Formats: sequence, structure tokens, C-alpha cells
Amino acid sequence: MPLKRERADIGREKLQRIIEMCRSVEERSLDPFLIDVNDVIATIREFFPEWEIPEDLCLDAETIRHIASVIKLQSEWVKHRSTSLYTDPFLLEEKIRRLEKGEIVKSFLYAWHPVVELEQISLHSLAEAIKYWESLLPLKERWKEIAPQGIETSKATRKELIEQKILLDKAFSEELENFWRELKGRTAEKGEDGKIRYWDFITAETYEETAHRAFMTSFLVTYGYATLEIHPLEEEIFIKPYEKPPAKPSKKQLMSVPIAISIEEWLKHKGETTK
Amino acid sequence: MSKRKAYYASKMKRAVHMLFYRRHKKPGVKGWELRKALGADYPKVLKILDDYLKSLDLQVKTVFEEEKFKENPTLEDLDKARFYVTLRGELTPKEAKMIGWRIDDLAGLAITVAYIISKRGKVPRKEVEELLRDKLPGWKVDVNIDRYIRYGYLTQDENEQLYLDWRTRAEVDQKALMDMLLSK
Repeated sequence: MPLKRERADIGREKLQRIIEMCRSVEERSLDPFLIDVNDVIATIREFFPEWEIPEDLCLDAETIRHIASVIKLQSEWVKHRSTSLYTDPFLLEEKIRRLEKGEIVKSFLYAWHPVVELEQISLHSLAEAIKYWESLLPLKERWKEIAPQGIETSKATRKELIEQKILLDKAFSEELENFWRELKGRTAEKGEDGKIRYWDFITAETYEETAHRAFMTSFLVTYGYATLEIHPLEEEIFIKPYEKPPAKPSKKQLMSVPIAISIEEWLKHKGETTK
Repeated sequence: MSKRKAYYASKMKRAVHMLFYRRHKKPGVKGWELRKALGADYPKVLKILDDYLKSLDLQVKTVFEEEKFKENPTLEDLDKARFYVTLRGELTPKEAKMIGWRIDDLAGLAITVAYIISKRGKVPRKEVEELLRDKLPGWKVDVNIDRYIRYGYLTQDENEQLYLDWRTRAEVDQKALMDMLLSK
């Protein structure tokens, strides 16, 4: 067993070294033929039976990937060598070091054909520019248009904030409690068995007010001030106020009941209420 | 002037405007732009223009997308290619100086381009810096390489590898440069 582990360690080290070697060829543009692909593949094959854990198999796959990229570089190298542009870089480096600046420049000028490009103003563009200038407003006038208006800052009063609907006239909890009291009063007055028809309770003079009452009622039910009774066969919904709101929120599974407050429905119930 | 001659003369003028005056960040015009402005027979217009420019020592240079010269390019190849007007002949060292190139800078460019070609088109910047430092002061080497990149002769990736860029492909006859340097 220890022998097997030792062999696996040697194998890992060898694969790491192969990867490093391939990387240096890829990154430093070295001659890819410095790597003997057959030899490397033989090493990979030799240690392959040792790999059992996923990390080792990944290392093996990574080595294969690097070898593939070296083979690709070798094929490009051969292709480049067969083109007329091939020059031994060492020979060229030697030449460059030996040549005088003047000679290098002469060679370059022989092969250099710079692009001709012009930048020139024309009479037409001048005429266009003058036309634009004439129609351009003086800076003073243009800046006046975009200058921000001077606004005096001061403290906003509570009344102003309520007018702008940033603050509510009453605190929400206070409003909710008032609404609950109203529900209890209306149930005692018009309801039966401690409950009142939902639409009888929420219907108001205007549609907006009705929607607001429906909104508040939903909070009464959610916060445990009242409960809904739904009679699906009769298509009736009743709201039943509790005498006291529960001290703690209920742990029971809550259920959502969507109730559409459409204008048609409001008109229908408003008519009934008026009668 | 015959109607046909007048037709090509007017197209040639339009081609001159497009090719000589820079329209985008880089000079040159794409084939499809020329087709849009001059019509489907723009290769013929460019051929006539090239013949005309010969007497002025200028030429219409075509740089194909894959950077390789094509003997019989298709219309699609031409549409994707970029066209420039370049010098047909060569500048004298004095003329090169007149257009803003110091002999040191030009020699540095020549060496860099040749070295990149010999290394199959990709070289670490550090290697080029070492090569140039042999004959140029250290502070100038960095400035010069940045200048070659700015002008579009070279490009550099995030790993500081240098490659040849669009201007070298448009302006430098790479084979002639290598032949000249090696024959010295």
C-alpha cells in the first residue's frame, strides 16, 4: 500500500512538471518541439492506472489539455516554417545587433509604404460652420436657460407634509383602531350574529372611498381585528369583528382571499345600500 | 468625354474623397462602404484609380480580413477588406525625417516588426524591450513601444504580448523587410 501511494506521489509530481513545461512553451513563445510529445504521453499513460480520486483524474485531464495545445503550436510552427516569411529568430537577432541604425532604416524604408491621409478644411465646411455660428445664441443667454432656479430652503410643516401625502393625518395604527371601532358599531347596528356583509360595510359614497375601506378592511383581517366568513354557495362574504384584538399574531396558516373591487360591483352595492 | 468615361471619372472623384480623407478613427475604407457609395462595380473604379495614382507614386492598397494576400478575391472578400491609399515607391531617409520620424524611432520600429514576424506574430513585450535597449536608451524604449502601439503598428494584450496591428499590415511589405534585413 505505501508503495502504491509513493508511486502516485511521483506520478503527480511528473504531471505537474509536464504542465509547467507546456505552460512555459505556450506563454514564452518557445520552440514547441522542445517538448517530446511521445515521451510525455508515455508518462501520462504509465501513471494513469494509479489515479483513483477525482483530483488526480483532473490533473491527468489538464496535462492532456496542455499537451494538445503544444501539439497545436507545433503544427503552427511547421506551417510558419514553410511560408516565405520564415526567418530564424536567432539569425535575425544576430543580424539586428550587428547592423547599423542607418542600414536598418534603409531596409525598412524599402518595405514601408505609409498610408496617405489628409485632414483639411473645405470652403463648404467653413460656410456650414459660419451658418451654425450665426444661429448660435450667446453663452450668456444659453446658460440662463439651463441655470438652476434658486430655491429657498426652509422647514416643512406637518400640515404641508400631510397635504403632499408624505405623512398621514393620523398614525396608521390609530386609523386602523378607529376603523375597527366603526366595524364593531356597524355590526351591532346592522349586522346579525355578530357579523356584517362585507360589501355593506365597505360600500361608500365614492368609488375611491370604497377602495380605501376595502384596503383598511384587509388590514383588520390580517392583523387579527376581524375575520372573514365566506359562503361560496350563496356567494356571500361576511366580516366578523373580534371584541379584542389578539395580543400575539396568529401562528395559524394564513390564507389570502382576493376580492375584486370593480366599479360595476360598487355601483351594484351602492344601489342596494341606497334602497 | 464619352458618357461612360464621365461616369467613371465622377466615381473616381468620390473614391478619392473617401480614401484620402479620414472618415473614422482609423484611416481607410471598408469594401462594403465603397460598394454603398460607388455601386457594385467599385472594384473597377478602384482599379482605374490605382492606374491613375501610379504616376503620382501612390497606390490603392487592399488589406484582406485574414491578412493574407488573395490572388483572385471574391466580392465577399473585397467587401470585408479595407482599402487605403499608400505610397507606391519608397521614402528616402531625409523624407522620412520630414514626416516626423527620427532615425532612432524608425529603426526601433523596423526591429520590432521584424522580430515579431520572426517569432510567428507574437512576442512578450519584455523581449522587445531587451532587444531595443541594446541600442536605444532605456527611457526611450518604453516611450517608443507605446508610440508604435498608439499609431497602430503594434497591439498589446493583457499578458503584455505584442502583436502586429492594422497599420503594419497596411503599410509594411513584411516579406520585403525580412529579405532586406537578412541580405545585409
